[in-house]
Parts: sequence; C-alpha cells; structure tokens
Amino acid sequence: MNPPPFRIKPFGPRAVLLEWPSRLELEILFDILGFAAYLKKGRLAETQWEYVPIYHSLTLISRDAPVDLDTLAKALRSWYESYPGPESIRTREWELPVCYDPEFGLDLEQAAETLQMSPETLILKHGAATYRVFGIGFLPGFLYLGGVPEELRLPRKASPRARVPGGSVGLADRQTGIYPQDSPGGWNILGKCPIPLFDPQRDPPSFIALGDSIRFRAVSRAEFDLHRIEAEVGVYDHSKKYGNARG
Amino acid sequence: MLEVKGAGFFTSVQDLGRFGYRHLGVPVAGAADLLSARRVNGLLENPESAAVLEMTMQGPVLAFSEPTYISYSGAPMDIRLGGQALEPDQVYAVPAGGEVNCGRIKKGFRSYLGVKGGLLAPLVLGSRSYYSPVTEQRKLKIGDEIGYTPCPEYTPKILKWSHADHIKEHLLQAFPGPEYDLLSQKQRELLFSQEFSLAKEHDRMACQLNELLPAHTISMITSATLPGTVQLAPSGKVIILMCDGQTTGGYPRILQLEENALSVLAQKKAGDRIRFRSSGY
Repeated sequence: MNPPPFRIKPFGPRAVLLEWPSRLELEILFDILGFAAYLKKGRLAETQWEYVPIYHSLTLISRDAPVDLDTLAKALRSWYESYPGPESIRTREWELPVCYDPEFGLDLEQAAETLQMSPETLILKHGAATYRVFGIGFLPGFLYLGGVPEELRLPRKASPRARVPGGSVGLADRQTGIYPQDSPGGWNILGKCPIPLFDPQRDPPSFIALGDSIRFRAVSRAEFDLHRIEAEVGVYDHSKKYGNARG
Repeated sequence: MLEVKGAGFFTSVQDLGRFGYRHLGVPVAGAADLLSARRVNGLLENPESAAVLEMTMQGPVLAFSEPTYISYSGAPMDIRLGGQALEPDQVYAVPAGGEVNCGRIKKGFRSYLGVKGGLLAPLVLGSRSYYSPVTEQRKLKIGDEIGYTPCPEYTPKILKWSHADHIKEHLLQAFPGPEYDLLSQKQRELLFSQEFSLAKEHDRMACQLNELLPAHTISMITSATLPGTVQLAPSGKVIILMCDGQTTGGYPRILQLEENALSVLAQKKAGDRIRFRSSGY
C-alpha cells in the first residue's frame, strides 16, 4: 500500500496542513483539488471545515472544535486510499480583456525595454500565454497565476508604488496577475482589466476558481469602457458574447 | 437606530468573523479581542455571534434613538451615558435619545461596546464584520446610522462581571508553526527567551515587532496563513498576522498563537512588551 503523497503537519489548534512535494506542477494542483472535492463529500463538510488549497498545499481549518491531530491524520490517510483520483475535476478557461493603453500600462514601455522587445511584442506575448490559477489569496480575489513564459520574466520594481489602481495587470518574477483592489504593489503594471474579479454582492464573490486557466485579450480603450460599464450594471457576459468559458 | 456623532480614532462593527471564503482570499475579520467581545455578548445574553462595536484608543460619540441596554468590556475607557460614568463589564439601560460619549482608553488598546440583541450592520457573506472592500465601510464615520432592535424592558441575569484579566497579560502562548523546524537553534532560543516590543506598524491586519531575529534565507512556496500566524521575514522581522490578516503568504510560519493569545495581543499598543511561550501539540 502506497503512503499518501502529502505530509500532515499541525497548524495551531484548529488547522492541519497537508503538503504535497514542493513543486509547482499541475498534476499536484489537480490531486489537491480532487482530494479536497472528495473530502467535502460527506467526510469533512464545508459547514464545519474551511479549505485553503494553494500551489502544493491544502490547509483544513476547523470552524468550531479544536482538531484532534492523530485521529484526523489517520482518517485523512485512509480517505486518500479510497479516493479515486482527480479525474472528475472540471476547470474552465477564462478570457479576460486587458487594455494596454499607456494611461493604464504605467510600466509597459520600461518593462518592454528591460525585456529588449517592443511594447507591441510584449503585449502579444503576454496575451499569447495561458496562465493557470495556482491559488487565490493574499487579498480578496487575488489570483496566483502560473505559466509566465521564460522570456517575460523581469524583476519587481525597485521601489513599490504606494497605490496601484484596482484592476491593474502586473508582471514580476514568475508571476502575472491582476490587483483586485487599490493596494500598494511592486509589480510592473502593463495594463488594466475592466472586469472586477471580486464582487462581495455575489455569492460566490469570485467567478474564477482554483485550477481554472486565464488568457488575456488586448482590447481598445473604447472596448475597455464598454466592458467596464457592462460589468458595473451586471450584464458583462463571459460565457456567451465573448466565448470565454469553456469546459 | 444608533447615530454616530463622533467616529473615534478607529471604530468598527465586528462579530465572530466571516467563515467559508478564505479560499477566495477573504480574511476572517471579526473582533480582534474575541475574549472581550464575547464578554459583552455574555453580559447582555446576546447570541455569541451578535455584532458589537470595536473601539480603538479613542471611542465614538453615539446617540441611541430607541431604548436599549448596553455594556462594554476590554480595555478600560472613559465612557459616559448622559452624565453617568460607566464601569466595564456591567449592564446599563439607555433611554430613547440617550447619548453615549466614549473617551480615551486608559490601559490596553481596544474596547467593545455591545447593544442588547446586537448591531444590525449589513450582513455581507455571512458576517457583519467591517472589512473593506468586502463591506463598503472600513470604520465608522460621523453621520453613520446602525440599526438595532429596541429593547425597552429587560432584566439582566448578570449585573456585573469581574474585569477581564487578559489586558495585563504579556505572555503569548504559541504552538510551533509549520516552518518552525527550519529555524536555527539560535533563532529558536531567541524566539522564546527574548522580550519583544510592538512596532508602530500594528493594526487589524498585522502586528510587527521591533526586535529582529537573525536573518534567514529560507524559501518556501506560498501557503495558507491564519490569524495568529507568526511569520519571519528574511530580514529577521517578526510579523504576527491578526484577524484581518492576508489568507496566504510566502514567509516561514514559525509559530501559531493560541486563540486567547490573539486577544492578549489585540490589547497591546506600540512599545508594549510581549514574550512568546511554547505550547505543545
């Protein structure tokens, strides 16, 4: 009998941390997603447990009672034996509009220069890649995206901005992503997405889920304004008009 | 209706917090000092999930349009109902038109004011706790109106409790965090032997400490963090995540505070001293 691929660590009195091998791999992410879905089905109910999966770990937080580590660890190992695998996991692909106009792309020119390419090429390459959501966290609706091409890797800005406008699309190190709200930040800002990624008036407040894929589509300033208004009045439709959600 | 006539330094509505949305990056929020918030609700025989006011350093001025009963706990503060000075951990009747004038906190950092039945601030994603941008507001401002159910007649079962003693505590009980094992022997020793003081940078999100531990080069993949997670930045800076703290982070999680230790910490202000004490699993 194979041991489970994760280590179980205590994380304070109410939480346990399950750690898969520390690699950024889609296979690991899907195993975490699959196992979490399996646990939620009548084993560790979401009314009692919160699940925070990200990259190579899954944190389980008990809402009311403190965790009995030994009992839980034993149960988790035995559940992993009966878990059929991540085959039933379905993810979606989202296409998000981004306006790369200089008004929004505060660092576009500088970033292109550092990467020794034209701003147009940078926009093309940024939009040609498919990024995977390896985590949601830090701030409400912030996506940790993996899959930045090697040729687009550039350092964070030497001094962070005190205020990056919400919706800004940034690039730094191996990461690209969207600032969900105004916040301080050190990423290079390439453009802006008009669609809010987090809306507390909706439940769930985020339409993107862990494991989903993201593509960026360059749009004009006029299209940006149109989508922003559509999003504000709640008629922006990912699935129909723009052919965004699949699978 | 409770009308805000003066906002205070930083006053917000808080309950036990927001559960079930951490996987979308939504912090738990809730009262920073849950022990005191629970005391207030206990005295008023409210459900423990009832929302209360969390008042920081300098309290607000509040006008009550309907009769109710109130109580406050946590850090002792100068607080008056009309001309009467109020004691902590006691229940008082407030008449229609009553004005509660909260002054400065005398010892500690946060006081909690409860209203019979709880405050009816908007329920967003299962909680009334203020946390912007999940809730529109981050803190009270002059002119805000917050609902409550009037209560003209009520005979409290408990008239008075002895005062909260965690305000005076300076020991923080803590379990080893997931990356504790990666610390050097020296770092571990200092962590528990050294006295730390709170830096100016401390709020509901995080509390930084002035004294550094030896710097490190431990690198880890971003993973979940909790209220009470003690992080060690590469510079050796110790950061304790609080109730509004980020849900994930990339610094080693060296300790995890016991829940009551978060209440102890929530009563500390810049310069106050603390020590960590080890709890075993």
